[in-house]
Amino acid sequence: MSDAIVELRGVTRSYGSPPTVALNGVDLMVEEGEILAIVGPSGSGKTTLLNIVGSLDQATSGTTRIAGHDVTRMDDADLSALRAHTIGFVFQQFHLSDGVTALDDVATGLLYTGTPRRERRRRAASALERVGLGDRLHHHPHQLSGGERQRVAIARAVIGDPRLLLADEPTGSLDTRSGDAVMQVLGELADAGTTVVVITHDLALAARMPRRVRLRDGEVVADERGVAA
Amino acid sequence: MSAPRSRLRPRDLLALGSHGLRARPMRAVLSSLGIAIGIAAMISVIGISTSSQALVKDKLAELGTNLLTVQGGTDLLGQEAPLPETSLALIRRVPGVLHAGSTTTLDSVNVYRSEHIERSRTGGLSVVAADLDLLEATGAQILNGAWFNEATAQFPTAVLGRTTAERLGVQGPGQLVWLGEHRFAVVGILDSPPLAPELDSTALIGEPIARELFGHTGQPTTVYERSLDASVAEVRELLPPTLSPRSPSEVKVSRPSDALAAKNTVDQAFTGLLIGVGSIALVVGGIGVANTMVISVLERRREIGLRRSLGATRRHIRLQFLLEAVLLSAYGGLAGVVLGWVVTLVAAQANGWRVAIPPAVLVAAVAVTVAVGAIAGLLPAVRAARTSPTAALSA
Repeated sequence: MSDAIVELRGVTRSYGSPPTVALNGVDLMVEEGEILAIVGPSGSGKTTLLNIVGSLDQATSGTTRIAGHDVTRMDDADLSALRAHTIGFVFQQFHLSDGVTALDDVATGLLYTGTPRRERRRRAASALERVGLGDRLHHHPHQLSGGERQRVAIARAVIGDPRLLLADEPTGSLDTRSGDAVMQVLGELADAGTTVVVITHDLALAARMPRRVRLRDGEVVADERGVAA
Repeated sequence: MSAPRSRLRPRDLLALGSHGLRARPMRAVLSSLGIAIGIAAMISVIGISTSSQALVKDKLAELGTNLLTVQGGTDLLGQEAPLPETSLALIRRVPGVLHAGSTTTLDSVNVYRSEHIERSRTGGLSVVAADLDLLEATGAQILNGAWFNEATAQFPTAVLGRTTAERLGVQGPGQLVWLGEHRFAVVGILDSPPLAPELDSTALIGEPIARELFGHTGQPTTVYERSLDASVAEVRELLPPTLSPRSPSEVKVSRPSDALAAKNTVDQAFTGLLIGVGSIALVVGGIGVANTMVISVLERRREIGLRRSLGATRRHIRLQFLLEAVLLSAYGGLAGVVLGWVVTLVAAQANGWRVAIPPAVLVAAVAVTVAVGAIAGLLPAVRAARTSPTAALSA
């Protein structure tokens, strides 16, 4: 078993008939503990790629190995278990529940691991501390700024200490300053050993990442390492 | 696979199931209203029916079901076959018999308010010679005054049935009536005997005076007989051959409490109809729940996608929506039970009954709504589980 937590080989994803190809023969290796950006204009297949890496969607052809498992051979229960324990998701639209406190929202991150409620809430409090929201435990989403909401969503994604964190345009609906705070939190998580994959079309944001995978029309056109100038 | 499984605790599942209802309380109330109305209709119909039956049962328990009435029938040629003069004595000798009393209708004798009333205006009242034991046998109560005794039965005295007293304008004992061209003093008024309602429109006189003035022969028209509860059936078999050994079929024996109980079975058909209407309301309510759940699944695609990304299996999603439908329906059922109970209570109080709804009916009502919810929620739950996990990411 290699060190790669994400291993895509010749992954193609097409929809409908006649087929529309969203991803065309993508190869992607991500090592454990890496942080990288997947960059590309809209329609380049970024979200499709994230769905496949996150085991939410299956490739039409090619092999996908996530955390050492061949996801094409897994049934719904096994895929769900993988998402519950190994993968965390952060969405552009946060997806917080109205009328639920930050603490309970973050605790939902452990709902499908069978953790007792008391333990979930205890860990939710420490996850919120970790993203710098220790003083916002009992706030409702509408009482929080956009950046704070996204940090709550990050706390929910990392409460179970996933090995792989996938973020879809995490700063897409935030102003620059809130976005920077969110990116800093993601950077800290990567430093602590979590593999972080960020999807963005923001080139400036991508430029600050140590690795950038550029997509265009469903194909990887560049895989750059090192902080760009 | 060695990694831990995706798991949802039953308690958390329960919280999830009610989460959707709490998020949209108005919708929950409206969509469970159909169920509530259906259940309320059924409960109140059953409740009102059982409460009124409970009253009859109480009354029968109080009156006793051990009263039999014996009357002469007709012979093979259609001629009337009167009971023998010795009927009372014979019946009293039957084992198990406690009391026996008789009435003899005096056909040519009528009762009027006074001698000035036109003779054709009999008011539908009849004059009956009564045995002293009649009161005990029928279980009738004296409303006002007194029953006959050995002495008053010898003299022109009368005890009036309730209707008779009203028609003749007699308020109480001491008043005089014109009976068979003689003046009779009223000594008492009978309350309506529930098991012998025919006594209501009679004027009762003692047997000795009937013999003296109207040629009463002692052939009773009706014998009222009370026996031990346990031997009612036996006595019923024995009575005809005892009274008429040659042609027992000419003696009619009936049990008035059966007639009283039968009055209630008439209501059963009506009850069946209303329960049918209630079931239709329940089905319509179930469709309402299914409709609400289908819409809810469509609206909550993102929530489903989010839950799938957090590790929910298809089964978890299915259970969540199924439970939500069941809870929605069960709340409706519970509200319906309360509503139906209140309706029964109001009806019972208005009629002076006690509320008697079998607890099994209440339990069954809630169980039925759970079943309706499960059926109504099945399709939406399956659709929810089929929702693509990528729904959370597609904006």
